[in-house]
Amino acid sequence: MESVLLIKGIIILVIFALSLGIAAYETYFERVIAAYIQDRVGPDRAGPHGILQPLADAGKLFFKEDFVPVMADKWLFIIGPGIAMFTALMSSAVIPFGDTLKIGDLLVPIQGMDVNIGILWVFGVVAMGVYGMLIGGWASNNKYSLYGAIRAASQAISYEIALGLCLLAVILVTGSLSLREIATQQHGINWNVFYQPVGFILFFVCALAECNRTPFDLPETEAELVVGYMTEFGSMKMGLYMFAEYVNMFISSAIMASLYFGAYNYPGMDFVREFLISKLGDTTGHNLATLLGTAVFFLKIFMFIFTFMWIRWTLPRFKYEQLMKLGWQWMVPLAMVNLVVMAVATLSGKPLLVAWLGMGGFLLVYFTGRSMYEKRFN
Amino acid sequence: MEILKNIAMVEWVYYFFAALAISGALGTILSKKPMHSVIALIITFFSLSGIYVLLNAQFLAVVNIIVYAGAIMVLFLFVIMFLNLRQESNELSNTSMVVASTVSGLLLALMLVAVFRKAYIDPISPALFSSETGMIERLGNLLYTHYMLPFELVSVLFLVAISGAILIGKREKGGRHF
Amino acid sequence: MLTDRSKKTDKSDLSVVEKTYLPGVFKGMAITLKHFFMPKPTIRYPEQKRYLGPVFRGHHILKRDDQGRERCTACGLCAVACPAEAISMVAAERVKGEEHLYREEKYAAAYEINMLRCIFCGLCEEACPKQAIYLRHDKFVPVFTDRHDVIYGKDVLVEDMNNRYNRDAWTKEDMAKLWEKQNA
Repeated sequence: MESVLLIKGIIILVIFALSLGIAAYETYFERVIAAYIQDRVGPDRAGPHGILQPLADAGKLFFKEDFVPVMADKWLFIIGPGIAMFTALMSSAVIPFGDTLKIGDLLVPIQGMDVNIGILWVFGVVAMGVYGMLIGGWASNNKYSLYGAIRAASQAISYEIALGLCLLAVILVTGSLSLREIATQQHGINWNVFYQPVGFILFFVCALAECNRTPFDLPETEAELVVGYMTEFGSMKMGLYMFAEYVNMFISSAIMASLYFGAYNYPGMDFVREFLISKLGDTTGHNLATLLGTAVFFLKIFMFIFTFMWIRWTLPRFKYEQLMKLGWQWMVPLAMVNLVVMAVATLSGKPLLVAWLGMGGFLLVYFTGRSMYEKRFN
Repeated sequence: MEILKNIAMVEWVYYFFAALAISGALGTILSKKPMHSVIALIITFFSLSGIYVLLNAQFLAVVNIIVYAGAIMVLFLFVIMFLNLRQESNELSNTSMVVASTVSGLLLALMLVAVFRKAYIDPISPALFSSETGMIERLGNLLYTHYMLPFELVSVLFLVAISGAILIGKREKGGRHF
Repeated sequence: MLTDRSKKTDKSDLSVVEKTYLPGVFKGMAITLKHFFMPKPTIRYPEQKRYLGPVFRGHHILKRDDQGRERCTACGLCAVACPAEAISMVAAERVKGEEHLYREEKYAAAYEINMLRCIFCGLCEEACPKQAIYLRHDKFVPVFTDRHDVIYGKDVLVEDMNNRYNRDAWTKEDMAKLWEKQNA
């Protein structure tokens, strides 16, 4: 019992440190990717290839003046960034980073905790995430901050619905809320994305919106709202908000990878595992295979993070009314159709065929019908 | 002191959540700023969720957070931010308000007393208690077998409510375009 | 239409598929991905320097002749030519025994250029009848950190005989060769 707690503690600590470290380096890679996309080279002064840039940034943030506006609600102003960071870090607890590690006779899963409501936990924590922005924005006592906070709240609530409907489709296929169960059911290359590509795209767009990333970064528009809810924040408070955003990006990438791209599963994993066990013995081989799976998982996560940044430096921002229209009039109905199709597909016994036929049929009928309608009436 | 020593860890957690829930509820009605009230209410919801977890009802706990703390309270905050209540209206000076609140409070108290007197709770023996109780699979099975009719009726109610919301929210012809 | 280079904008309505924004999104993302892998034209300055060409106008220099005598005769034509009025000088008469220092009978006892005013136009170079002042093609005026560093006197400007300044390329071909050498 004691050793299990110890190992769990170490795993949780490692996950915590990893989330923060990855978030820090995301800031660096964001700048490098932005630069490369714009034909520049990006930060390259701090250390070789600028690899120490995040440390320099953090040092700068720590040494700036920690400022609280006179008319601000002092305590809420202080806990706002704290809540943002707290909720961002909480959701990493249920992500299955890998299969089990064999230590002695124990099989310890690489996961903070395996609760049977895993995905709902993530959903709940994401729902809480908006409080950080709301409270911080309101406490600043600044109209731009308030606008940013209001935008953040309404955007988060709107996109949570489509997000929840996409999640439901995944849960329907798996029959479990546990993220570990969802991951194990996508063994090998049996990934959910092949069954519900439309669901994945919807989920991806919702994740962009929930992370306040471009093209949905309306709560923190630089030009019109002077970075929205962050306007009055400086020093490490602003740093916490920024880091929370990057941690969120990492977590949502991890969730997308585990929901749709098979988490730590990769084609040929059984073969690799048996090969390693036959070569290196039971314990070492098993552990090595698990770590390999974890590495694959992180590869998938980094692919998603790259895509997030790639999108940020490609697409312009939506207008607010376009954002709402997209969320309510496109994503929610489409997510509902996806849910119905997946329900039928799961019951039919041939999920892959029926899912593709159903979704393809729906899109075909919709687009041809719509274009015929428009030709006739315009 | 003996009693304090005999309290188990779980009970300490329970008392902590209970105290937090009550202080949050008090904060809700006592704080001057509506914003602080809402935040105190969120704290209450959280401690209630904690108690649900102690009762082995993880699903209920998370749904409580998602629906109440995550969605409804965000909407509350949203509205309060828009209202920007600066002047403090002392509602208790209004006589009708006092009468109404007293009556409704008394009614609530009466109801609670009646419920507690009528309610009968099965004594649970730890040996027979299944750890699956309160888990989502059990809940789902019960909802779709024993409580099928009320469940479906509630979904129809929700559907009607959603349609009503859409109808109200629909822009009328010649209305303002943004 | 003034030129034939303007692009015709397509003002027809979007088709149903285009209205989902997805084709446009993917097109844009393909373009940015292409740029991601393109070679970067950035020159990382302190480590990487660019050949400026033989006619670049940089740091000023007061030339000496072959025997190491200062060519400047303090005629003041450069100061007159200077549009920014950056140059000032004090003339002095050469006395006996100074023939190895100054070529003409009159010389500049002090010669100062205010580098905050200088616009590096090169008119002083053109005005000079004695081929005394030049703007180097291979050296920038460094960054100042102090007001006192701004005014360059003779100590900075006069040519060092051990390290004489020559223009290294005058023709296109020479320049191409030099460019190759610098990038090797």
